[in-house]
Amino acid sequence: MFSLSDKKLGQDILLKIKKEKIKAKFMHVCGTHQDTLVKHGLDSLLKKCGISIGQGPGCPVCVTTPLEIEKMLLIVRNGAIVTSFGDMINVPGEYKSLGDMKAEGYDVCTVYGIEDAVKIAYENPTKDVVFMGVGFETTAPATAATILSNPPKNFSIFCCHRTMPYALKAILDIGELKLDGLIEPGHVSTIIGIKPYEFISKEYGIPQVIAGFEPIDVLMGCWMLVKQIKQGKTMVENEYTRVVHPEGNIKAQKILNEVFEPCDIKWRGFPVIAKSGLKIKKKFECFDASVKFKDVLKDLENKELHEPDGCLCGELLRGLISPFDCPLFGQACTPETPVGPCMVSVEGSCNIEYRYSEK
Amino acid sequence: MFVCLAIPGKVVDIENNKEHAFVDYGEGTKRKVNISLVNVKVGDYVLVHAGFAIEVLNKKEARETIALFREMLSFEEVK
Repeated sequence: MFSLSDKKLGQDILLKIKKEKIKAKFMHVCGTHQDTLVKHGLDSLLKKCGISIGQGPGCPVCVTTPLEIEKMLLIVRNGAIVTSFGDMINVPGEYKSLGDMKAEGYDVCTVYGIEDAVKIAYENPTKDVVFMGVGFETTAPATAATILSNPPKNFSIFCCHRTMPYALKAILDIGELKLDGLIEPGHVSTIIGIKPYEFISKEYGIPQVIAGFEPIDVLMGCWMLVKQIKQGKTMVENEYTRVVHPEGNIKAQKILNEVFEPCDIKWRGFPVIAKSGLKIKKKFECFDASVKFKDVLKDLENKELHEPDGCLCGELLRGLISPFDCPLFGQACTPETPVGPCMVSVEGSCNIEYRYSEK
Repeated sequence: MFVCLAIPGKVVDIENNKEHAFVDYGEGTKRKVNISLVNVKVGDYVLVHAGFAIEVLNKKEARETIALFREMLSFEEVK
């Protein structure tokens, strides 16, 4: 009942867009949106109707920096058990990934969610167990709720959580590309609601639509943006009303505010973005791996690490290029031998493009 | 795993401590899910992400989505 399947409706929406004879460039920031666009060929259908749409910094694994990965490698070398989501484990830092360390015999575990990591901590009371917490507002509440559930003392979190609205502001401030509309991620919005996006429409005069992940949702989101452009409106609209409440998930927001405070953080491909990260509050610092392992990590503090040679993931995450513009795509860089994170993660544009172009 | 993907399922049982529930994703797939981020009762549909229910779905709205979109398309001609 929650999947929308109506081919005729999809064709009707495309026809409506085409009739408006508009040329517009949209950005979305979600791997699942990109998957829907490429899997169903909607990106090329929309192009024929005058709409070009691409992915920005919307892949949590991809925007995690090489420095954060190197810190995890150091922690695992120090004897801790490191846990994270599968894709994160396979992204290389400067040279090696956590997966490479696992192959060398270090304790690295892939988990489905943070509760699996807590279970590992209970099962290994004499070892430190660190969960590398990546993800946007969709994922961060689970980390916060886990901290509040009083996990064992040998458990801690290396917090790489980031938040979306100020990253969108950064894209617009950098000003490398002219955007006519933003499709906002449905499941981030499930948590934060509509309000945190409003300053973007107000300050930058850009229409936004929160959209779901079915093909109809994405097409409808584009049509709603086109409609705003034609009517000269710049506001935040919600296409995904069956899931996203205008005020978001207030219970989750309260838990987030109790545990985290905003911090400035670097995103891969970007400079430091003000207020776009989540830091564990001092009150809960016994669960903060960056505090617990401060001495281990001190040599890496403020170190500048370089992207892999020739890798254009940064340009891709800023929406400047498509995977096909990268000379490494499908040649030196494939899911089997990934050079950058956008080919590792199933939410990365390169991985998505490669997967569906094979079929 | 898609870090931002969430999957809908039906709450079939809630544990006594009210912290976890069993969620049926259909075709016999059931999983234990943390429900501390939502207020749910048995029979509700929830959206599950990385082992946590992050929202309760609006069944009525979901049923009417297609009809609503059709209506928007036919009546909201761009002026």
